[in-house]
Amino acid sequence: MADDMILSEAVRHERPDPVETERKMSAVGVSVWYGEKKAIDQVSIDVGRENVTAFIGPSGCGKSTFLRTLNRMNDTIPNARVAGRIELDGEDIYGPDMDVVQLRARVGMVFQKPNPFPKSIYENVAYGPRIHGLAAARADLDEIVERSLQRAGLWEEVRDRLQESGTALSGGQQQRLCIARAIAVDPEVILMDEPCSALDPIATAKIEELIHELRGRYAIVIVTHNMQQAARVSQRTAFFHLGELIEYGETSEIFTNPKVERTKDYITGRYG
Amino acid sequence: MNSPSRVPTDWRDAARQQRLRRRYAAERRFRLLGLGAILLSAGFLAFLLVTMALKGASGFVHAEVRLDIDFARSAIFLDPAMLKGENAATAVGAADVDTPIAAAATAQLGAEGVRLLSDTAAQTVRRAILADPSILTRQASLWLPASSGLDAAAKDGDDPRMGPVYARLKQSGRVRTGFNGAFLSSADATDPASVGIWGAFKGSLLTMIVTLALAFPIGVLSAVYLEEYAPRNRWTDMIEVSINNLAAVPSIIFGLLGLAVFLNTMNLPRSAPLVGGLTLALMTMPVIVIASRNAIKSVPPSIRDAALGVGASKIQVVFHHVLPLALPGILTGTIIGMARALGETAPLLMIGMRAFIAAPPGDLAEPATVLPVQIFLWSDEVSRGFVEKTSAAILVLLAFLMAMNGIAIYLRNKFEKRW
Repeated sequence: MADDMILSEAVRHERPDPVETERKMSAVGVSVWYGEKKAIDQVSIDVGRENVTAFIGPSGCGKSTFLRTLNRMNDTIPNARVAGRIELDGEDIYGPDMDVVQLRARVGMVFQKPNPFPKSIYENVAYGPRIHGLAAARADLDEIVERSLQRAGLWEEVRDRLQESGTALSGGQQQRLCIARAIAVDPEVILMDEPCSALDPIATAKIEELIHELRGRYAIVIVTHNMQQAARVSQRTAFFHLGELIEYGETSEIFTNPKVERTKDYITGRYG
Repeated sequence: MNSPSRVPTDWRDAARQQRLRRRYAAERRFRLLGLGAILLSAGFLAFLLVTMALKGASGFVHAEVRLDIDFARSAIFLDPAMLKGENAATAVGAADVDTPIAAAATAQLGAEGVRLLSDTAAQTVRRAILADPSILTRQASLWLPASSGLDAAAKDGDDPRMGPVYARLKQSGRVRTGFNGAFLSSADATDPASVGIWGAFKGSLLTMIVTLALAFPIGVLSAVYLEEYAPRNRWTDMIEVSINNLAAVPSIIFGLLGLAVFLNTMNLPRSAPLVGGLTLALMTMPVIVIASRNAIKSVPPSIRDAALGVGASKIQVVFHHVLPLALPGILTGTIIGMARALGETAPLLMIGMRAFIAAPPGDLAEPATVLPVQIFLWSDEVSRGFVEKTSAAILVLLAFLMAMNGIAIYLRNKFEKRW
């Protein structure tokens, strides 16, 4: 473990341009416990402002758990405990001055299973801006809804049926609706927890394309099981195993020239 | 895999065919059994409703006797000026209408004529005078309610004593049967011919309003707190067990609790809808809490995640997403609890609602009775006229129940459609 720590430190100091951008979020020595069980052990990682960062690793390695600490979604799980420091623009998100409701508006989330509200498409997207008071008038709200759906690549498909139920859409459309819902509150970071695991290849391709388009505007962190997907969409990749961060670096480096044996074994399909 | 020693299964041999037939037979038997159960319960329900309807239908009609009263020659002295203002009812109430009624009855119906009229005949005459004061100056023909004896003879022809009297009056066109509006508009009385259900109906209505106003918000809020906010520990486990036990406590014990707490300690008025409602709310609350908790639990966690993920606060998650989705389930639980409360008799007997109340309650603190207690009281009466009134009251109770459930089901469907 000590070796891994040194290595991830080394990766951080290497600063491999051009994918290295200004730091948006950074975690230092983060550990998570569920009751007595330690799910994450001393993870330190930086998330770049204009990057897509992928977390890969076998099932149960803690990548989703770690993702959920980044916008404090773990707060809702009873007896989950987080130690260490996570910063958003240098501000401690677990600190006393951080309001969790505002944090989640700034760090949005897209979940594994598409989970639109059982309301109309319009209401799904308008909900976030409405509860945060981002639109003064109905026209502003209409504009936000249209812009969000356009950015999520869904506008052309649903512009004539905004009042229909969001749950009536296909799986891929539902997931893009969830992305539209997340970007409607104009977040700084979007966390995606295996956003394509419930989708077919065509819908997956659309989501990946969308991630490309959203990159630069939002810092994106994506958890995925699919290594090809990580290679396709991300600039930086972190490999997790058994609750530890094994290796973190430029995606092309991780996939072509991993420095740690365990990463190489996973990427070449020795286990997973 | 395919070892040569393995004999391929012969799906057509006799043993297999028989096995298949037995499986189909078992399925058919089970389906018939289910159908039989449904038919049996439908039969019981139909039997109950038909019996009640047949017995109770006559409770809604009554016999009336025509009496020609010559007010101009009678001894009623009423100044027409007094019949205009607010005091008209008092003035008419003080007038002696019994004497002219008795005189007319004796003259037109025979020596025993007065006893063929109900006690409420005088009230009917007074109402007629109030409605049209001009009849005081002339002879008027009025239909007055018949006594319970004549009423029974009109509905059941072979009464040995009153039967011939009824036949004679019928022939002379002095008696008719009609819809008994008074049954729906008046309260309890000693004479079965003049009892009404309105008092008990209004009592039930007021009691249910108190019950709903207390049990629904408190029950739903408790459920929300327990499901969404309360930490999981020994205390909440104990509360959960207590609530489940409370739902199973016999209702009469709630009556004793109401007696001890609301009447003896808090000194609230006896036999009032307020106390009845409080007692029934105690009884209904655990049912609503349990149903609401189950409904809240069945809201998928992904919806909560979705709302939290865009930065909704806990209370926004609950009120914007969880409660609307849980509402149909909550309403179903509320229907069950309220229906049970509406039909409850025992706890209300304990808090004094079995008293004879001859006037509908004006507000929540006035003495009242409720429909099931009224049914219980009437079924206990010896007079034959109360039999049909009991059945009629049951019909009113069932109609109340169906109206209440109808509203709840309408609301439930409405909310289900919206989501």
